[in-house]
Amino acid sequence: MSSVHRSIGDRLVLERSDFPMLLEGLRSRGYVTLGPVVRDGAIVYGPISRVEDLPIGWTDRQEAGSYRLEQRHDQALFGYTVGPHSWKKYLFPAHERLWTAERSPEGFHVLPRSEREPRYAFLGVRACELAAIRIQDRVFDGAFKDPGYHQRRSEALRIAVQCTQAGNTCFCASMGTGPRVDADHDLALTEILTGSAHYFLVDVGSERGAELATDLPLRPATEADVRAVDDLLEKTSASMGRTMNAVGLRDLLLGRPEHSRWTEVGKRCLTCTNCTLACPTCFCSTTEEVPDLDADRVERWRRWDSCFTLGFTHQGRASVRTSASSRYRQWLTHKLASWHDQFGTSGCVGCGRCITWCPVGIDITEEVAALRKEEPVAVPAGGAR
Amino acid sequence: MREFAAELATGTGDPGPYAPFPHRVISRTKETADTTTLVLAPIGGGKGARFSPGQFNMLYAFGVGEAAISMSGDPSEEGTLVHTVRAVGNVSTALSRLKPGDVVGVRGPYGKGWPVDQMRGKDVVVMAGGLGLAPLRPVIYELYSHREDYGRVEIIYGSRSPTELLYYDEIQSWRTRTDTRFQVTVDSADRNWYGDVGVVTQRVPDARFDPARTIALMCGPEIMMKLSAQALEARGIAPSDIWLSMERNMKCAIAQCGHCQFGPYFICRDGPVLPYARIRRFLAVREV
Repeated sequence: MSSVHRSIGDRLVLERSDFPMLLEGLRSRGYVTLGPVVRDGAIVYGPISRVEDLPIGWTDRQEAGSYRLEQRHDQALFGYTVGPHSWKKYLFPAHERLWTAERSPEGFHVLPRSEREPRYAFLGVRACELAAIRIQDRVFDGAFKDPGYHQRRSEALRIAVQCTQAGNTCFCASMGTGPRVDADHDLALTEILTGSAHYFLVDVGSERGAELATDLPLRPATEADVRAVDDLLEKTSASMGRTMNAVGLRDLLLGRPEHSRWTEVGKRCLTCTNCTLACPTCFCSTTEEVPDLDADRVERWRRWDSCFTLGFTHQGRASVRTSASSRYRQWLTHKLASWHDQFGTSGCVGCGRCITWCPVGIDITEEVAALRKEEPVAVPAGGAR
Repeated sequence: MREFAAELATGTGDPGPYAPFPHRVISRTKETADTTTLVLAPIGGGKGARFSPGQFNMLYAFGVGEAAISMSGDPSEEGTLVHTVRAVGNVSTALSRLKPGDVVGVRGPYGKGWPVDQMRGKDVVVMAGGLGLAPLRPVIYELYSHREDYGRVEIIYGSRSPTELLYYDEIQSWRTRTDTRFQVTVDSADRNWYGDVGVVTQRVPDARFDPARTIALMCGPEIMMKLSAQALEARGIAPSDIWLSMERNMKCAIAQCGHCQFGPYFICRDGPVLPYARIRRFLAVREV
């Protein structure tokens, strides 16, 4: 294959039959390719070595508290939305060693970091997920850089896929994070299936993406191709299963800590932590000390934690947030309100995972709508209790 | 310590912002039955990191874990760190058991401290409850050592009982100063106690300060701070001039673990010292 120069902004077409060459291009460049795979009745993220590893011909049907895989009537590679996993499991692993220390004549010393981070290629990153990565960047790659996150994040190649269908729990259009991929992608693919045609419109988003595209058999996109993509994205936008009015939510939620809805949702919430684990932006963690048997060598590990656990606010001899309602309030208020104060953005990207994976089907969009309703009797603000 | 951190950051094996720096325990003072003061010095010498009164460090007991502990030393003294630890959990218990010569890990200092710059030229009210005196001690050193920079100074320290008073000898010597009023009150005492019995808020009405030009600092149990802030506000101090040192569960100290949130604030990054005006609405709600 003769290589052709490609540039950021190029819009090209890759035939489905040539898709394996994209995977080969990633492999030859030393990337560990990760993408959607079917496992345990769900589409999750895992290693991809062949096109056949992708959930070809599968789609997902999602509702509050419900997720089912179904066969499609075509052989689409990306004909579904997001599953329980997100890319955070690679960039911010659920369990990660922070450092290792050894006892020494001087007491102890921390060993230089020896971790070699893999070079990931993420295949099939949706617009809401790119937004989620941007949000976690503000947590882990800000004033204090997390070395592991920083290295994995800056190496990771992002091959995005624009959603050509929306799920029943999707509301990225409300949150302004999708379905169109317009930033942070190396390549963005849009899968087009019409009659016997099956191809991908490829948007080149970065130098690395352009380089990867050089040895792919691509043809320039026609106006008709571009229009087809625009039509698909418009249709996706219009068919979101959920909507959320995010306007003014920060002030609204911070101003309503005594709203009766918190008590009401607290009766349904099991504090199981599923929403925080499935959420692509939730970042809370705890640390664990792991000494070897004679305590000459210790490792400090970080693992995902959740604001829904009782131990999360343990302090001294008791926990601050003992009720389910206070923990749900913390989660929702943090996600949609105080996140703005802390990181200059909402913590919600509208992916709908927390709705789908809640075992009792608590729906964040429904809760927000209920919290927007004025209480008949206003609780005096700032009064002592 | 900071130079060391910078050197590591440019190297390949940077252990990241969570790595503790070994310090030696220079001395240990038992304050009360469960509270101990440690003096630490960085291993390999050096001046150690400077800090602002009200900031804290993460102290690390090898093989056990980390805890957030306030700075309790004189900020003008270089080369040593002073921390007062109450044995409550496994980490603070391990820290309390350290002896001179033992090694402890330190990372910090973290957080925003007392508004010392705003205090200059003004009256200052300091209210401490129990272990809450520990994070206030650096600012008390500052007040006494630059006494002429401040107006009237009222210090009110409450404790459960006389046996639970911290820094006992130091308080005795501070109380001999005639340019400052240092009141001590306890919740209960036997007949050998000649001091006041009561709570700190009872001392507010006759405290001498000009409300329009006073900064109040407080640290203690949340309910004590809430009531103290209300008492000071009733005397006319603006909520923006009343500063509280807050406490929450803390794992990382760098606004990444999420544990220490109080309303929109990360206590580790935006606090631990915050003005009452900004947090009163959250103090008024349960389980925030």
